[in-house]
Amino acid sequence: MSTLESQPTAHGGIDASLRNSRSTSAFRSGRDARRYWMILSICLGVGILATVGLIFYNNPVPVDSPSFMPVVKRRLVAVVAMFIAALCHSFATVTFQSVTGNRIITPSLLGYESLYSFIQTSIMFVFGASALVNFSGIGAFFIQVGLMITLSLILFGWLLSGKYGNLHLMLLIGIIIGTGLNSVSGFMRRMLAPSEFDLLQSRLIGSVTNADSEYFPFVIPLVLLTVLCLFLMSNRLNVLSLGRDVATTFGVRYQANIIFILILVAVLMATTTSLLGPLTFFGFLVAMLSYQAAPTFDHRYIFPMAFAIGYGVLTTAYFLLYHVFGSQTVVGVIIELFGGLAFLIVILRKRSL
Amino acid sequence: MIKIQNARKWYAEEVKIGPLNIEIPKAGITSLIGPNGAGKSTTLLMIGRLLHMDEGQITVANMDVSTTKSNDLAKVLTILRQENHFVTRLTVRQLVGFGRFPYSKGRLTREDEKIISKYIDFFELTELEHRFLDELSGGQRQRAYVAMVLCQETEYVLLDEPLNNLDIARAVQMMEHLRRAAEEFGRTIVVVLHDINFAAKYSDRICAMKHGQIAAFGSVREIMKPELLSDIFETKIEIIEGPYGPIAIY
Amino acid sequence: MPMNVTPEVESISQPQFSEQNPEQQSNKKQKIWTIPFIIAVIIVIGLGIVSLFTGVYDIWNQEDGLDMFFITRIPRTVALMLTGAAMAMTGLITHLVTQNKMVEPTTIGTTEWAGLGLVFVYLLIPSPSLVTRMTGAILFSFVGTMIFFFFLRNVKLRSSLIVPIIGIMLGSVISAFSTFMTLYFRMSQSVENWFIGSFAPIQVGRYEYLWVIVIVTIIIFLYANRLTLAGLGEDVATTLGVNYNRLILLANALIAVAVGIVAAVVGNVPFLGLIVPNIVSMIRGDDLRTNLPWTCVMGMGTITFCDILARVVNMPFEMPVSTILGTLGAIVFILILLRQRKSRRLR
Repeated sequence: MSTLESQPTAHGGIDASLRNSRSTSAFRSGRDARRYWMILSICLGVGILATVGLIFYNNPVPVDSPSFMPVVKRRLVAVVAMFIAALCHSFATVTFQSVTGNRIITPSLLGYESLYSFIQTSIMFVFGASALVNFSGIGAFFIQVGLMITLSLILFGWLLSGKYGNLHLMLLIGIIIGTGLNSVSGFMRRMLAPSEFDLLQSRLIGSVTNADSEYFPFVIPLVLLTVLCLFLMSNRLNVLSLGRDVATTFGVRYQANIIFILILVAVLMATTTSLLGPLTFFGFLVAMLSYQAAPTFDHRYIFPMAFAIGYGVLTTAYFLLYHVFGSQTVVGVIIELFGGLAFLIVILRKRSL
Repeated sequence: MIKIQNARKWYAEEVKIGPLNIEIPKAGITSLIGPNGAGKSTTLLMIGRLLHMDEGQITVANMDVSTTKSNDLAKVLTILRQENHFVTRLTVRQLVGFGRFPYSKGRLTREDEKIISKYIDFFELTELEHRFLDELSGGQRQRAYVAMVLCQETEYVLLDEPLNNLDIARAVQMMEHLRRAAEEFGRTIVVVLHDINFAAKYSDRICAMKHGQIAAFGSVREIMKPELLSDIFETKIEIIEGPYGPIAIY
Repeated sequence: MPMNVTPEVESISQPQFSEQNPEQQSNKKQKIWTIPFIIAVIIVIGLGIVSLFTGVYDIWNQEDGLDMFFITRIPRTVALMLTGAAMAMTGLITHLVTQNKMVEPTTIGTTEWAGLGLVFVYLLIPSPSLVTRMTGAILFSFVGTMIFFFFLRNVKLRSSLIVPIIGIMLGSVISAFSTFMTLYFRMSQSVENWFIGSFAPIQVGRYEYLWVIVIVTIIIFLYANRLTLAGLGEDVATTLGVNYNRLILLANALIAVAVGIVAAVVGNVPFLGLIVPNIVSMIRGDDLRTNLPWTCVMGMGTITFCDILARVVNMPFEMPVSTILGTLGAIVFILILLRQRKSRRLR
């Protein structure tokens, strides 16, 4: 961590040419910029390599066999799911941290995951295992996404608008609602038979194997559109990350923008959670790494880096665990563990919040 | 002109600010002074639309601060609060560059770059422009923040205790800069100050507040009177004539 | 643990601490045994009696009714009282030490640490005794609480609302670790079962360790004033001649012991430490000395009430008390937050 965190201090790396031309760059020096592009290409390279590996490595059938393509197709679904997860979590977390002005929280705090487990658990509890298995398809998927977005809209509308609007209060209440839902779902899980419990458990841990390609025609455009929207708002996000007062001073309508942006975050989080299940600390891990790799305020550079890191981490983790360690189930859990560790380290090193 | 009509703010039953009525004319430096809790910062924040007022109306250059489009106001009025924390690390130049946001929306033109350089040079930050803010001393950082709001090139500039945490040399330097900014660029600067003598030396007008009310408003000579100041600060204050004008002794 | 919060945001009033001089203190002594307090005590005793006679088993007409009464009903009611007092008091200590009324074992992750400790004990020892489990839970709670206090001490905060947010996140990191371990070693549902707080399995031979809580409570009564000083920060505490580090350790140990024992014997008892002290100080203001017994009694009353509710709602089945406390507590917490909202206008 220490090597990642140490920044060049003082006037060490200022590029002479940059100083002469006197222009305002997103990076402090040419060296920082070069480092950024290098890390970005390495991450993308690793991601692409791992992707190729995931699709073609160890294919049980030879290339000229007619069943080669179906295997590739099946594997492609997992890769697309990873792509979506990386996109959603990286953009949602970076955006969320910028608008809340706090780099140690994640959008999972708004209760999407609790709501997701609550929905899944109560279906299992009330209607039984077959209902949970049948609770799939476009309708079910959009019901879930819709519920999650509605919950966030209620939260935002209630706690962010008006003259008492308060971001921290909204977050805290979001978390508490999540805890309340968790204790209800915990109770229901307790009543389940062990076989039902195992079935449910597999849904409650984020995994690309949960993804169903049936949703892709809807999910991919939705996610791409949202992400594009956030990317195009980079300049505004840069200002919003300076806080309410400075943003207002520069003529940005803080409240309206925050609510709009948080809705976009809600769309991303709800989509990925419904598609893959909860991944609480993946986004946190990705955002933290990308701030180290992209030493700039400018979201136009942070976003691609966050995505590249997220995708690289996810594909590499799956490749290693599938093909090197031969274990399939625990990828989500392991990524969560690393994310959690990163969180602990950041907390113990932070000096101000 | 900044015009405040019947502005009020309630914090709690016992803590009320206002009704405030005042017209601050264009150009020059106006200082807000008064004891702690008199409502100086509240007044400034309400003018700068960072704090919602519960009643009344404030107009700056005939624009109502609560109804005018925020982006239009941002070309007329800027405000700097006492404490500024950012999650991201910014260099001085990046920070000052943000001041151009109301015009450029983040895409800096060559014209913008010239203006940014102008204010960096004006505040003697040229050598430091590629340093991160957390690598600067308190005085340098404060100058960078003020450079940022001046770079917004608004006619009205509101500063909340810009001398906070500055030693005497840095405070004098800051006030000299503000004085020059007011004169060379024709800005109207409203500033909350704690030190009466700084206010007396560098401002054109002083507005004294007490208990959430405006106690007195006038030229430096009109305000720097022993009875008036003693009453406002509830301390014995005498005024002597110094080489550059009246000086308060307390 | 000073909370470096800008004054206008801080709406949480600081508890008053009485003077050091004991003589002066006794002169100004406010009466504890006031009429409302006596009424409260009577209500709690009444709830206790109701709890004794609530249940599916018919203790009147069955032959072994009386035995059952002594084997399960009395232990259960005593356990309720002790747990209620313990959790409410630990809530109060964390409030004192952190000067933040949204902090308690559930919102700083102590409970999750205790859970992790239990998971470890289950892993290392095949069928651990209650004492072993308790030791594991206490040790881990201690470490976890220490980490959080360390974090609070080193970090400058801009809003007191951030503290529970970080705490709950920390808690979920820890419970993610627990989940990972249980999944990996295939013990998931048993741990989850166990980790839901319930008084149903309480009976003779299982609950006695809760009596340790009486000692914890007494120590809290004795040290409450000094713990308040610790809440004012290291500098102030040292100036007033109090050994800051020792006090923090003491507070930590008290919290860990109480949470650890409760976690091992009963399970997770969420939010009690948050809602009880807050409601007491809302009704009675912030006089620490008279609030202590009130907090104690209210804690007992609240949990007994919730447990009776848990037994009655879905008779003859029983809900875990943690479900009721978790949902009710969440609602009350949100109401408390909303009540404070108006005084937070500036942010």
